[in-house]
Amino acid sequence: MAAQNIKHALFCAVITLIISYPILGFNLEAQGINVTIVGANATTIMGVFLAALVVFVFQLFRDSIMGKLGNLSSLSSGTHKEPMAENKRVKIESWVLTGIVVLALFWPFFMSRGAVDLATLVLIYIMLALGLNVVVGLAGLLDLGYVAFYAVGAYTFALLSQYLGVSFWFALPIGALLAATFGLVLGFPVLRLRGDYLAIVTLGFGEIIRILLNNWTSLTGGPNGIGGIPDPTLFGMEFGRRVKGEGNTSFHETFNIAYSGEHKVIFLYLIALVLAVITALVIRRFMRMPVGRAWEALREDEIAARSLGLSRTAVKLSAFTIGAFFAGFAGTVFASKQGFISPESFVFLESAIILAIVVLGGMGSQIGVVLAAIAVTILPELAREFSEYRMLIFGAAMVLMMVWRPQGLMPMRRIHIELKKQE
Amino acid sequence: MLVLEDVHTHYGKIEALHGVSVEVKKGEIVSLIGANGAGKTTLLMTVCGNPQASSGRVILEGRDITREPTAQIMRSGIAIVPEGRRIFSGLTVEENLHMGGFFNTKGEIRKSQEHVYELFPRLKERENQRAGTMSGGEQQMLAIGRALMSKPNMIILDEPSLGLAPLVIKQIFEIIGHLREEGITVFLVEQNAHQALNLADRGYVLETGKIRLQDTGKNLLANPDVQNAYLGG
Repeated sequence: MAAQNIKHALFCAVITLIISYPILGFNLEAQGINVTIVGANATTIMGVFLAALVVFVFQLFRDSIMGKLGNLSSLSSGTHKEPMAENKRVKIESWVLTGIVVLALFWPFFMSRGAVDLATLVLIYIMLALGLNVVVGLAGLLDLGYVAFYAVGAYTFALLSQYLGVSFWFALPIGALLAATFGLVLGFPVLRLRGDYLAIVTLGFGEIIRILLNNWTSLTGGPNGIGGIPDPTLFGMEFGRRVKGEGNTSFHETFNIAYSGEHKVIFLYLIALVLAVITALVIRRFMRMPVGRAWEALREDEIAARSLGLSRTAVKLSAFTIGAFFAGFAGTVFASKQGFISPESFVFLESAIILAIVVLGGMGSQIGVVLAAIAVTILPELAREFSEYRMLIFGAAMVLMMVWRPQGLMPMRRIHIELKKQE
Repeated sequence: MLVLEDVHTHYGKIEALHGVSVEVKKGEIVSLIGANGAGKTTLLMTVCGNPQASSGRVILEGRDITREPTAQIMRSGIAIVPEGRRIFSGLTVEENLHMGGFFNTKGEIRKSQEHVYELFPRLKERENQRAGTMSGGEQQMLAIGRALMSKPNMIILDEPSLGLAPLVIKQIFEIIGHLREEGITVFLVEQNAHQALNLADRGYVLETGKIRLQDTGKNLLANPDVQNAYLGG
């Protein structure tokens, strides 16, 4: 047993060295026109070996360490508590949520522009994750190409504004509906597929959309992207210094306040907030409706669901369509926020991050997904101090998370009673 | 009520049913017995339209359902308790029942839910428990209850005794007998031939995709061939 532990620990330490030494131990430095490899300074190399040592020690005593940690969490989390009465819990929950939303409404007025901008991005990810949560978390259809619908939403707005001069508010429903249509279209061929096969096909679909956008230069501008996407207006009031659209007035002149670039940022944030809240409420409603239960039933047991007369086609397509609809929503907001989009914004990594948010948050749980979206978007920003290691830290955080809470931050809870474990 | 006329069913190129004719009359309990691989489950699946019969006809209450999609068949007064129960283990007992009444109105659901709780008081006690955490017998009760939620005229049970304790099996069969008294037609597929034939008005013996024997339940029980092959001599 002990010998095996040592062997395993040694193996892990060596792996740590193999992975980290080439990444951290060498630096590429430009000398004139040549790039040369230079060994890192002594502290970094010490650090690498120290990390390997830490891994070794941890693996050596893993069982006892994990055992203690396990005891700690079972003591503190109070898993055996009787659940609160349902109506009481729902009441508290809705009060807390309302409070958070109200706080979020006023919060940007006291924050820096950068923070509000980041918060807008968080809200976009929340919308995306809530939408994907329907497909992956509730209906159990692993979709790796979700970013395609996001792209459809964004490009719909960009193209409509470029060619037809359509404003944000018109493009918003069109983008969402078009994305939903794409969801429907994708849904048909993948109906028979499940699990890994479904994942591969959706992955392919995501790539098709991206490559199409990249290569259809005459329409989409290809890799150059589309710029000059207009900002949203508030009842015909623009947020720019000068009015661009015909018949529009500008916000600062109407209210007779000094022009400030922050107005636009805050306005975009508020739009994203309202849309995110709408997304959450609508999906919450869907979850309580029979169609929500049908999604779950299909995920749990397809044969049983069909034996009850549920149509596999209708249920799966509805999940795909509704998920895609909200991705289109998010895409439109994203295009408006950036002012410029290119296929680069819609690579597979985006799909992976959105999926990671759903998994980290706890499949099917809305609050969990919102928390995870915040964590996943803000963590890399907070870790910026560590510059090139920030993705490393991000990855490590994810691994740790999955080790300690494989069910996600806040797993979906249904009201139920659990039998107490017999000691 | 349910008539199968010379039904052939294929899985790809392999023919699993070689011209099966079965009739279940209204108000009857009909048992279908047979060994492993005889085609019992295939026969039921054919009734449900998954896979569809490659030739022959399946007629439900005078309507030809041979080519109808599964979802439509399952909404026309017929309910199935699938093999291995297949309850939704992550959902609570109540939610499972509600899934059964998916296409009914709220009022109807409430009524049939009460009715199911009357039949199975055990389920009432476990209303808010996750279905997957219950015992096998309770899960089977739930599967039957879920099938009853759609107020079917006919219920098909695929191996309801599978993997259950003898005492629980007895309970389940009592319930099946009770269903007939409520006017529900029962089509029972079982390996547990003795109990199935004892309960049944009529029985069929399926062997390698063909109906070998058909008679009343009592006569089949007394039949020496059946006794040798299915009742352990």
